[in-house]
Amino acid sequence: MTATLTARTVVDADLAQLPGRAAELLLDGHRLALVAAHHDGPGAPGGRAVRVVYLFVSGPPDTRTELHVRLDADAPELPTLARLSFPGGRFEREMRDLYGIVPLDHPLPHRLVRHFHWPRGWYPMAPDAGPPPPFAESEGPYPFLEVEGDGVYEIPVGPVHAGLIEPGHFRFSVVGETIIKLKARLWFVHKGVEKLFEGRTPERGLPLAERVSGDTAVGHALAYCLAVEEAAGLGVSDDARRARALLLELERLHNHVADLGALCNDVGHGILNAQTQRVREHLLRLNQEVTGHRLLRGGVVLGGSELLCVPTAARLRAVGDDIRSIVTLALGHTTVRDRFTGTARLRPEAARDLGCLGYAARASGLPGDARISHPAYDDYGAALTVPVHTTGDVLARFLVRAEETDVSLALAEHLADGLSAGRAVARPPRSGLAEPGSGVGIVEGWRGTITTRVETGPEGTLRRVKIADPSFFNWPALPVALADTIVPDFPLANKSFNLSYAGNDL
Amino acid sequence: MNAAGAVGPAAVAAQVAAVVAGAPLLAGLMRQVRARLEGRAGPGIAQPWRDLRKLMRKEPITPVGTGPAFRTAPLLLVASTAVVAALMPLASTATPAGVRSDLILVVALLALGTVALALAGLDTGTAFGGMGASREMTVAALVEPTILLAVFALSIPAGSTNLAAIVSGGIHDSARLASPAGLLATAALAVAVLAETGRLPVDNPATHLELTMVHEAMVLEYAGPDLALVELGAHMRLTVLLGLLASLAAPWGIATTASAAAVALGLVLFAVKVALLGAALAAAEVFWAKLRLFRIPELLAGSFLLALLAVTASYFLTGE
Repeated sequence: MTATLTARTVVDADLAQLPGRAAELLLDGHRLALVAAHHDGPGAPGGRAVRVVYLFVSGPPDTRTELHVRLDADAPELPTLARLSFPGGRFEREMRDLYGIVPLDHPLPHRLVRHFHWPRGWYPMAPDAGPPPPFAESEGPYPFLEVEGDGVYEIPVGPVHAGLIEPGHFRFSVVGETIIKLKARLWFVHKGVEKLFEGRTPERGLPLAERVSGDTAVGHALAYCLAVEEAAGLGVSDDARRARALLLELERLHNHVADLGALCNDVGHGILNAQTQRVREHLLRLNQEVTGHRLLRGGVVLGGSELLCVPTAARLRAVGDDIRSIVTLALGHTTVRDRFTGTARLRPEAARDLGCLGYAARASGLPGDARISHPAYDDYGAALTVPVHTTGDVLARFLVRAEETDVSLALAEHLADGLSAGRAVARPPRSGLAEPGSGVGIVEGWRGTITTRVETGPEGTLRRVKIADPSFFNWPALPVALADTIVPDFPLANKSFNLSYAGNDL
Repeated sequence: MNAAGAVGPAAVAAQVAAVVAGAPLLAGLMRQVRARLEGRAGPGIAQPWRDLRKLMRKEPITPVGTGPAFRTAPLLLVASTAVVAALMPLASTATPAGVRSDLILVVALLALGTVALALAGLDTGTAFGGMGASREMTVAALVEPTILLAVFALSIPAGSTNLAAIVSGGIHDSARLASPAGLLATAALAVAVLAETGRLPVDNPATHLELTMVHEAMVLEYAGPDLALVELGAHMRLTVLLGLLASLAAPWGIATTASAAAVALGLVLFAVKVALLGAALAAAEVFWAKLRLFRIPELLAGSFLLALLAVTASYFLTGE
């Protein structure tokens, strides 16, 4: 049996109609999952143009609607959706920085991706961009907003930090110890991943997708594979889809466990971190046995999956017992609980307005989960529940993770039962995909919903791959949650969101 | 007489030498205890000495624009702590320095080191230096009165603020130590020592998170030999403060006569007592977490209250 491919509605919209259509879809309960720009050559249907695809999704039932608009190839401009959708405004800024597409009347027209030393007029995603030129005439300074007033001072942190973490610059405006405003400046790690996909065969694109964000190998690989399979009309067997669901839960487990320990470590309770590191090491070794890689690379392949072995229920239960006792100890510690409670609150309205995803959203009362709204596998059984908390503080994000590890262990046990080791590829992926096509993959990665949209060219090569990591949606929530938090609580709040820099900045 | 006359200065020198040489070992011991309790192997107790040796061999670097406050602070910190080590009756009360070991002088010397570092933090002109200095001063302003008051409570039965007199009083009249005043003062002093030395639950000496730091944030700009001095100074402060606690709460074994054997025994017992206290503190820290910054004043106000109660109790319950 093969999976039924999810139908996508594609609407060619007029530029003038775009805001109206988008508003209708948003009102109808859709969310803007992804915006991708494409350079259509003269041979494309409709001729040479810059084509922008807006992907709106909702579920259940799984609904995916695309609005396509065509812009002038030489002076691309489009009406902004920033007033309708906050993520929409950020996607537009990203497109302007990478493609030069101007969002007209944007309420927050600052640069997003472009650092000040990027050469003026050079757009890396343009077809004729070529290799990056040397730093030249810059776009000019990009000053931080200065908060003025009695006793306000600034603390600049990063982009190089004291620990082994990715680069990001944080500018705190502080009175005493209370944060008045935090500005996070990211995009220090622009690698041009989306450009690197262009022209590759789908098989050669997979290793790239696995490495979009090191801790989300399965999530990104799966979203990419689902998109390519849809574009190529490839069916995937039930067994392979079950194995992929299992891998996704194994990824959620090792990341959540590491975070649970890191949150305890950030409040100075190191012993629980030492214990979670031990549990995590068990999980990583299990990953190695299951896929041959500690971070689960190689488990998801185009058209199927490959397992070297299947985890036993006894091992999963032993891990579960360990995690539960660690969580009980953490929550029973008065100081730890006091540090977690009420810290860095993200209100449900703010989380909804910002379009937050994943555990950050579920800790603020938004129950979104792509395993339910956009299921790539449907036999999760009774084990799949979505824990939701409403307080939106560090404690809520800790609790959501703790409960999700429980759910993941139950799911992994359920999924592993009935799976056998081996390579399950329904049809060997054809080296040349016959016709140009497009596909969308939506996956609930451990950090949140990952959306990947793929367009293939006539020779079956990748023409455009657009990846929307949940971090892209969640980063703006961090400064919002931190208002009125004290400076020494920032690392704890930051860890409770644990957003990816690499996945955000492709 | 000559031999006895030489023992006193020798005891002072031995105390200082023991503190300087032993302080990094104490820090190493505490880290090792913590590592073992957390199930880690740990680097061994000599690791802080190896770190100091490494730092000492590096070239000295000072940030552009820093002045004398930054350059002199490490020396001032180590020197003032060494003087405290000389003054305090750690191994012997019968030293030439003992007559000068006034309680207020000792607390002032400790405060001098704190202030020197805070000024150095401000001198760097960085946000972290200023932030750390501000936090350290907040903590210090709450801790110093507690130390003063706690030792003052212990000084009432001795009738003197001279530490040597207080300690020898404790040796001869052990009942004082178990009195309500003695116990309350010891408890207050213990909390104050935690705060003063930047231990959990006030500060986390093991963190790499610059925004949560108190003590470490002030000294972020130090490198090479200066950093070695700052680290050595921090280890020495921990040693003398634990030594002060040990001398006041458990003074047995401290030499009260100028005999070489008694001083030697006192030194050994001092090392044992401080090592035990340090190990106990490290073990306790495993079970603690760091308090929210704004809760620290509550903790320190509590310890101040204990010290105040100790003073009150020593007046009313002893009827002196």
